Amino acid sequence: MHASQTPSKEPYLRLIDITKTFGSLVALKGVTLDIAEGEFVCFLGPSGCGKTTLLRIIAGLEQQNTGRVIQAGKDISDLPVRERDFGIVFQSYALFPNMTAAKNIAYGLENMKLPRAEIKRRVQELLELVGLPDVGHKYPSQLSGGQQQRIALARALATNPGLLLLDEPLSALDAKVRAALRLEIKELQRRLGITTIFVTHDQEEALVMADRIVVMSNGVIEQVGTPTEIYISPATPFVADFVGVMNFFPGQAAEKPDQVVMAQTPLQCAKPHHLQPGREVIIAIRPEDVRLEISHRTATNTLSGTVREALFMGSFYRLLIRLQGIQERDLTAEVSSNRMRDLGLRPQSKVEVHIPPDLVRVYPNGRELPQ
Amino acid sequence: MTTITQATRPITVEKEIYRRRVRQRVGAEGLLRRALFVLLAAWLYVFLIHPLAVNLLRSMQDKQGNFVGLANYINYFASPTTSASLRHSLNIAGLSTVITVVLAFLYAYTLTRTTIRGKALLRAIAMGPIFVPSLVQALAFIYMFGNNGIFTRALHLNFQLYGPVGIVLSEVFYAFPHALIILMTALALADARLYEAAEALGASKTRIFFTITLPAVRYGLMSAAFVVFTLAITDFGAPKVVGGDYDVLATDIYNKVVGQQNFSMGATISTLLLIPTGIAFVLDRIVQRKQVAMVTADITPMGPKPHRPLVQGTLLAICILMALFIISVYLVVLIGSVTRFWPYDFTLTLKHFKPEVAGAHHGLGGFAFILTSLEMAFWTSLVGTIVVFISAYLIEKTRELALPRAILYLLSITPLAVPGMVLGLSYLFFFNALNNPLNFLYGTMAIMVISTIFHYYTVPFLTAMTALKQMDPEFESIGESLNAPFYKTFFRVTVPVALPALIDIAMYFFLNAMVTISALVFLFVPGKEVASLAVMLLDDAGNSSQAMALSLLILVTGLTVRTLFYFITRGVRARTQAWTVR
Repeated sequence: MHASQTPSKEPYLRLIDITKTFGSLVALKGVTLDIAEGEFVCFLGPSGCGKTTLLRIIAGLEQQNTGRVIQAGKDISDLPVRERDFGIVFQSYALFPNMTAAKNIAYGLENMKLPRAEIKRRVQELLELVGLPDVGHKYPSQLSGGQQQRIALARALATNPGLLLLDEPLSALDAKVRAALRLEIKELQRRLGITTIFVTHDQEEALVMADRIVVMSNGVIEQVGTPTEIYISPATPFVADFVGVMNFFPGQAAEKPDQVVMAQTPLQCAKPHHLQPGREVIIAIRPEDVRLEISHRTATNTLSGTVREALFMGSFYRLLIRLQGIQERDLTAEVSSNRMRDLGLRPQSKVEVHIPPDLVRVYPNGRELPQ
Repeated sequence: MTTITQATRPITVEKEIYRRRVRQRVGAEGLLRRALFVLLAAWLYVFLIHPLAVNLLRSMQDKQGNFVGLANYINYFASPTTSASLRHSLNIAGLSTVITVVLAFLYAYTLTRTTIRGKALLRAIAMGPIFVPSLVQALAFIYMFGNNGIFTRALHLNFQLYGPVGIVLSEVFYAFPHALIILMTALALADARLYEAAEALGASKTRIFFTITLPAVRYGLMSAAFVVFTLAITDFGAPKVVGGDYDVLATDIYNKVVGQQNFSMGATISTLLLIPTGIAFVLDRIVQRKQVAMVTADITPMGPKPHRPLVQGTLLAICILMALFIISVYLVVLIGSVTRFWPYDFTLTLKHFKPEVAGAHHGLGGFAFILTSLEMAFWTSLVGTIVVFISAYLIEKTRELALPRAILYLLSITPLAVPGMVLGLSYLFFFNALNNPLNFLYGTMAIMVISTIFHYYTVPFLTAMTALKQMDPEFESIGESLNAPFYKTFFRVTVPVALPALIDIAMYFFLNAMVTISALVFLFVPGKEVASLAVMLLDDAGNSSQAMALSLLILVTGLTVRTLFYFITRGVRARTQAWTVR
């Protein structure tokens, strides 16, 4: 799992030690990142983490204090916006309200001094590309949110830029349109093979769309990895907390290098944690990784508890379990409705909680417990 | 292992270049933008800051031009007689403010909150005073309540009109529509949910009025008070016509400069006039900021609701009385213009429409002055709108240059604190100086236009800023990302989208230029007076009927122009409807 091999090809976009301050506020504290050609990368993080600032620095709309941006082998750090090669879509779409959809798409093409017939042909091609061949004559206010979003995308792609920047483009849409557009954008990106950066605060969106996710917090990169890597092995408690749902419990490193102690019960981990025995740690467990039994069948990694609350969620139940020896927080577990019926669980039921060793995540520094 | 490689591969950051501060290269467009900034700064400096500084300096010189420090100020305050004008001005402005705000609040409340009929008509009547110079109502009041006024004669009463009574009456009349607009906006923005909550809690109507209505409009009330105070203390027309011996700051400046040729004392008094207007300006800015913070996006606007019949009836009666009074003033103007000799001979005549200024008849009669006014108003409107919009665009839509933008913003809003009299006198000192290379501007239409633009600079500037702020801030980013020069996006997107605001701005400049006097009394070209100024000169020469007739022409022109703008706006709205209405 050590992936520090040198890439075979020079990365398409390199961000090297980017820092940015707004007055006394430090927005980015030395961000370094490589993005390969054709890759779909998501910048994920809570608001104020610096993800949008980083995107705007790549576009030249914001100026970094120090650090370089290298695109296609060329240092573009001090280039004005107009001389950079990118297309951009904003959350607000920023479609020109006084121009039809076709005029909006043609705006960038006109600046290339193409013949009129060529522009017309290309506009139609783009309208078809985003699946809206018949709305060219309409004004933005006559289009739905999802249609406006597609037109904004077509406008950004019109000039064949080398880099596509998307700044929370789906945040203003309702859930259904959003889900559909996720797939459409992803498919379009794969078809065109255009290097794409997508900024979002929605972890689900990032997991579904990205080739690679860059999780950011407080102006630094917390972790870079594929969606599965980020979800299965979050590098820090922050990532674990931000992506998906996670239970956090305090614990200590045990004498054995691959064990931790939680509520006086030793828990076996898959990998050794290399921490000093007795050191405070955070133990993180995903709700869906918890296995519930009625009787003590597996001796290892099993804690006893009582069901405090069972919330019906449709296809599954969310259980809040009070573990023996832990008063301050409950364990959240997710159990399929079938399994729930088989076990016959209800509030106040006693239950045995088993946690598979390879799904026990351990982080040092147990004092700063999330939530 | 997947093929995707770990990105945070360590890169040696020791290299000097990674620690170097990044500065985006300034391209040709950046240079153009900077050049426009320099032009804007020069414009504000030459036509605003420097003349004001010259005026300030002049107030510290004696008649021969020697520096005397604060001696002029000390002389002004030396005796109660010499410093009377400041006291008078503060009294007049204070009293006018209280009366106007109370009356305008009643009127505004009735128009926004009750369910009476005829609101549109009442509103239209109340806006009338905007279309005539402030001295016209003063003239009308003389015809009504002066020594030979119809009411004076009919009732055998002495109204003591000439002096504070006449000035306050005129100022209230003049400032009323301005206060009304502010208060109607404030009352319309109140949150209906507060009222529902109060009613649910069983509060009485009276209690609701004092605990919700008044607090909700407190910033509107303050803002209206500052505006009225500033209008009243800076007005020149009304005190000139109806003030008699009662000197206020504005007339005192005029008498010192035009009457006694005492320029230093004129400069001194004009500087004193800047103090109350400056204070009102700063307080108003603070209040406005608070009001903006108070108005959140998601309020449920408070619509009109039926009140108890007694309350509604009383309010309606008060409004009708006020409206009738306003109408009667214009009736007096109309009748005074077309009858032979008010109030003795009411035979119809058109002879007053051939006014005589400085002994010279104009072939076109009063229309010659109107043409000059139209010419000045046209240029003021055209140049003013362009300059104000471009400067607002530069200040609002430039990413870098934060400090120059802040300074230029501050300079662009200061004209609101500068009374027309002060501006005019400052221009007189600055542009009339023989060693000034811009001396050629003195006594031209251009200087009248520029002074009028600056006199009314701030409100259009803020209108433009608001319109630009409401636009998506990313239009410019999109334009740049599509490799369009900023001026292309400006002309193709910003201007078309801001067109309604641009028309409002043009109309504001135009209508104000039609009625302004104060700055122009020091700058006009003899033989080429604008109509509003000619009204003053005619009245000065004792030809009040001719002044009346010319006022009527101004009123009719103003209403015509307003109507014209209404149709232009409607045309634009229709054309842009496709992209503004869903």
